[in-house]
This record gives sequence, structure tokens and C-alpha cells, in this order.
Amino acid sequence: MKQTFKRPKALVDIPFHFCPGCHHGIIHRLVAECIDFYGLREKTIGVASVGCSVFLYDYFNADVVEAPHGRAAAVATGVKRASPDNFVFTYQGDGDLAAIGTAEIIHAANRGERITVIFVNNTVFGMTGGQMAPTTMSGQETTTTPFGRDLETNGFPIKMSELLTELPGSTFVARAAVNNPKNLMKAKKLLKRAFEVQTNGEGFSFVEFLSACPTNWKMTPKQATERVQEEMIPYFPLGVFKGGQE
Amino acid sequence: MAEAEFIKGNEAIAMGAIEAGCRFYFGYPITPQNDIPEYMSRHLTDVDGTFIQAESEIASINMLLGASSTGARAMTSSSSPGISLKQEGISYMCGSQIPGVIVNMSRSGPGLGGIDPSQGDYFQATRGGGHGDYRTIVLAPHSVQENYDLTMKAFDLADKYRNPVVILGDALLGQMKEPIRRRKYRKKEFPKDWAMTGAKGRKKRLLKSLYLSEGELTDHNWMLNKKYQSMKREIMFETQFMEGAKLVVVAFGSVARILKSTVQMARDRGMKVGLFRPITLFPFPSAALDKISHSIKNFMAVELNTGQMLEDLKLSVGHKKNQVDFYGRPPGSIPSPDELFHEIKKIYKKRIG
Amino acid sequence: MAMIKFRRERCKGCGMCVSACPKNLLVVGSKINRAGYPMARIDDMKSCTGCALCAEMCPDVVITVFK
Ligand SMILES: Cc1ncc(C[n+]2csc(CCOP(=O)(O)OP(=O)(O)O)c2C)c(N)n1
Ligand code: SF4
Ligand code: SF4
Ligand code: SF4
Ligand SMILES: [Mg+2]
Repeated sequence: MKQTFKRPKALVDIPFHFCPGCHHGIIHRLVAECIDFYGLREKTIGVASVGCSVFLYDYFNADVVEAPHGRAAAVATGVKRASPDNFVFTYQGDGDLAAIGTAEIIHAANRGERITVIFVNNTVFGMTGGQMAPTTMSGQETTTTPFGRDLETNGFPIKMSELLTELPGSTFVARAAVNNPKNLMKAKKLLKRAFEVQTNGEGFSFVEFLSACPTNWKMTPKQATERVQEEMIPYFPLGVFKGGQE
Repeated sequence: MAEAEFIKGNEAIAMGAIEAGCRFYFGYPITPQNDIPEYMSRHLTDVDGTFIQAESEIASINMLLGASSTGARAMTSSSSPGISLKQEGISYMCGSQIPGVIVNMSRSGPGLGGIDPSQGDYFQATRGGGHGDYRTIVLAPHSVQENYDLTMKAFDLADKYRNPVVILGDALLGQMKEPIRRRKYRKKEFPKDWAMTGAKGRKKRLLKSLYLSEGELTDHNWMLNKKYQSMKREIMFETQFMEGAKLVVVAFGSVARILKSTVQMARDRGMKVGLFRPITLFPFPSAALDKISHSIKNFMAVELNTGQMLEDLKLSVGHKKNQVDFYGRPPGSIPSPDELFHEIKKIYKKRIG
Repeated sequence: MAMIKFRRERCKGCGMCVSACPKNLLVVGSKINRAGYPMARIDDMKSCTGCALCAEMCPDVVITVFK
């Protein structure tokens, strides 16, 4: 018998600190698999952000620099400009990228920085205990929207992929989910393309992952996964928005 | 010796940076330092460098963090409000021990204030400025020549200590033109065995400031503190007319430059006034001042603010019943040598007679 | 013939693998690991096709697959 599924080499062999059923773990593994697949481990410089994924630097067997909350795209800009032969990626939550770091991501995309951005949209500030994120859905209860997000006062859940698609500087923009095997397989393909966009020197690549946060959604992992399907995907449609084929 | 050239203060900083091997510049326009990004945008390309006009000062400092994390020499510059925005990034750089040069050609505040020369950012620069217990080396030039020389030095110090270095000038030092002598810069190489280069044939590296395990952050802070203490060996200052002085005027940067004429005037009139000019504001030349205070009892701080360096001066010489007087000129106008002479004379009369 | 292996100490009992298995072979039992989580297990290994969907969906990289 041959081993057909194993832990990617780019992942350090330590347990994740994520809650049971948190999709961050799956997304970490997919990124690590891609790094392995393209043989990029020794060329990779990761940029960790602040959120539940802050320990990215412990999990990836690669060089990682920590960015202040929201500034990963700016840090990655500096890294990539100074070190263009390295593979540079950021991994950011929706609070990090779509609230405090909105300016940095828009301008990095608009400049066409040759970086790959992994954006994890779980409609909530996970790390700080479940407050409203810019992506929080209409009516969604969070610790700072105890009566549900009211679009009148809180505005609308922001669609980052659609926003970045409009920028002439972005090369590849896609939205994926890992809530079931079918979506996960599609996500792998999109992620590979995002990697190639950087390794081919084509430009800025961005993959938004819809992700479950069972803890702050106050759901079981199963319910959370179903919520991704039933509530999130209809509002945040999956697919490639820009730059599908070479 | 190279021939003297007439150069604007801001440009001297940019020239010094490029000569010191700075190849990455990130900035956002703000008066009175725009000549720096403008010079960089024109000349970095000559040396295969990169200039980015960033979307904000926040983005600039984080681009600097990123570029410096690879071991490259990089710089950002701004003026007071923009430097406020950079503070979080500077704190992260200190926490992660990432070098970098940050120029503050400061202007007047608080708030939007104005574009006049000011020394109101002394506390911000010398006390860390952002959150957490950290320090940056702070260099305070007082001439265009020093803008140029100290910028080069700043890159060496940043690499040597793996720490950001701040150059604190102001509108006067940025805008004035003076002849400078270029000199050949010999780059000092420091080990960069911490830099992000990709974990090829070696263990992975981490640049981070988050320490959560029991006792880890305590140790980290003490380790950093030890480093800040060790920076004392870099202390620089200049003295003038200290022979037989009865009153020592202490001042830095642009106002120290004006005071050079003032002190000369005082000496011409037989007043025994000396000048002490700190060049490193952090670390502050406390030991040197303390030594002086054994023989001279009267000190006077002169600043373009309402009294900031004054506190460091008092900490250095304020014991043993020394007299520390102060003249402050908050921004809005620059005092002339005559005006300053008048102020010094008042103190001199009161203390010495 | 196929086989899956669990790294049981890493299991968090989330059940993602259970939902993923097209053959419904997995359950989260009542046994608790050292981390305090109930663990997933397979009873009927013979029916496993080695499709690896359980492993793909596991957030904690607990499962490895042999074929
Ligand atoms: C300047 C600053 N403001 C606020 C915080 C606190 N903070 C840490 S993580 C976070 C939000 C995390 O949410 P998200 O980016 O969505 O990541 P998640 O935990 O959901 O994966 C906030 C507000 C901080 N660290 N720094
Ligand atoms: S709080 Fe949410 S996002 Fe954070 S680890 Fe737990 S489940 Fe994942
Ligand atoms: S998906 Fe993984 S962690 Fe969750 S129950 Fe199955 S084996 Fe355990
Ligand atoms: S490998 Fe496929 S068939 Fe076997 S247990 Fe996993 S999901 Fe079920
Ligand atoms: Mg989030």
C-alpha cells in the first residue's frame, strides 16, 4: 500500500490551536500543499497578520514575518519589492483585510504587487471574541450586533473579491469555500492558479475563502459548514472573478 | 577633498541615504520634507532601487518593515503628523528587531499645526513614541552637512543594533541650502542571519513581536532594554566655548545652530557662556553633562517647544542644586540670534551677575 | 484495498470527516483523547475506498490515507 494522503512538508508537525471544525486549519493545509506542489518552500516568505491565524509563523515551515493588524499587504509589498525572487504571500482575516487594512489591500492590488493574498472571510472577528466584521451578514448576531446586523446603521457586508476585481491592477481574483469536498477541490484549483500568477510574474493574485467560525457563530461544526452553503454562498458567490485562464 | 556643492537640507538626507546603500524608499507627501521623496523618485532608479509613493504613512512604515525584513537597506520619511501615523509600525519593528531609517523633518503641532520649524516631537522621538517599552536611536543634525553625514551613519546604526533609527530635523534644516562636502562612504557590513530570504538549506526564520508563553515577553523586554542601554556607546555631542564657562546653554538641531552665533555674541561681550549640543537625543549625553555639572552649576535649555529636552537635561544635571533654566519658543516664528542673546543675558544676570 | 490512519491525539472530534465520507464509514465515538476531545474512528475499514475525502476535510490533518 502506498500513502496517498499525507501532511504537507510545508506544515510544521505541531497541532493547530484552532477550535474544532474551524476552516482555518483546512485553508492552512491547502496553502501548504500548494507550496509543496510548486516546490516553493525554500523560496517562500509568508506575511502573518493579526487574527486567529496569527500563529501562521509557527505552522509554516518557511520564513515568516509578522505584520501589524491590517498591514500585511503593505509589508508584503516591501518584502516582494526588496526580494522579487521569493514567493511572498499574506494570510489575512476579514477584520484584518477588509476593515483596518482596506486601504493597504486596495492599493497593493491596484499597484499590481506580485504577491498572493489569502483572504479568510468568516463574517466575524474571531480572535477578539466574535464582534461584527465588515463581512458580517445582514441580521447576523455578533457580540457587537446583539440584535443582528442592521444594514441601516452598519452598512452592508463588504464584497472584497468584487471590489478588487474592478481594479485594473489585479490579475487574479477568486472566491472559494471549503465547506464540502466538492467546493474544496475547486478551491485547490483556484489556489494553484493564484500561485502561478505570482510564479509566472503575472501580477497580483487574491483568493477569498469563505470560512466557518463555529465558536463565534455559536454553532456545531456541521451547522457552521451548512451555514456557509446556505447563507454565505448565495451572497458571496464562488468562482473566478478575474484572470481564470493564462 | 571633494568640492563643496550647494545642497538643500532635505536633498542632503536623500543623497546620504542612497550613498549608504539605501535602495528602497516608501513615503507619503507632506510639507516640509517633500524634497526627500522627490529626490528619491528621481535618483533611486539610477541605482536599481525602488521608490513607492504609498497610500499613507501607515502603509509606508509597513513597507519599510517588509523591505528591511529581507535585510535590505530602506528608508521612509515624513513630518510630524505622518510620523504619528507611523508609530505602530515603529513599535512592531522594535519588537521584531527589524532595522530601518525613519526621517522626521518635523513641523509644528499639535494637530495640523503649521509648517514652521518645531522641536515639539522630542518626546515622541526619544520615548519610543508608540506603544510598548521601546526606544529608537535618535540623531539630531544641525546643518546640511550633518543631514548628509548622519543619514549615512543612521543606516549603520540601524543594522548594527537591528533597530529603527530616527533622524529628527525640522523645516529649517530641510529647507535651507548650504555647501556640503561629499565623502566616500564605506559600507559597514553587519550579519543578517535573521533576514527573510527563504529557508533554503537552513532552518526557517521568524520575525515577530508576539510572545505569549510564561515569562517570554518579560525576557524579551529585558533583552531589548539591554540593547537600548548598550547604545550608550554611540552617544555624540558637540561643545563650544566651554573653557571657563559659567552658564552652559544646551540645545539641539536648528535652534542649536542659531545659538552658535548667539554664544559667540555673548563671549564677545565677556559673558562666560558655553554651548552643549546633543547630537544623539537617544541615547542622551547624560554622563557628559553630569561630568560638566561638577564644575559648572548653571544650565539653560533652549528649545523650539515649551520644554521637552529640558526634562532630560534636568535628569542629567538636576541634582546637586544645579540651576536649570529654560527658554522655549513654541512654533510660529524662529528666534533670531539677537533675541536669544537677550534671553540668555537675562538668565546670566540672574544667576551669575 | 485501502486504509486510513488517525493521529488520534490531534483529533478534535469535529465530525467534518464524518460528513465527508461518501460511504458513511466514520463516527465520532465517546472515547476521549489526551486533549479532551472525543475521537473519530472507522469500524469497517474493508469498505473504505481510499477516496481521501475525509482527510481532505479534516481541519487538523488527523487522517492519512493508504491505498
Ligand atoms: C491596531 C489593532 N487594533 C485591534 C486589534 C485587535 N484585533 C486583533 S485580531 C482582530 C480582528 C480579527 O478578525 P479577523 O481579521 O476577521 O480574523 P479572524 O480571527 O476572524 O480569523 C482585532 C480587531 C489589534 N491587534 N491591533
Ligand atoms: S474563534 Fe473562530 S476563527 Fe478563531 S479559531 Fe475558533 S473557530 Fe476558528
Ligand atoms: S475531521 Fe479530523 S479532527 Fe474532526 S473528527 Fe474527523 S479526524 Fe477528528
Ligand atoms: S477514505 Fe474515503 S471511503 Fe475511506 S473513510 Fe475516508 S472518506 Fe470514507
Ligand atoms: Mg474573521
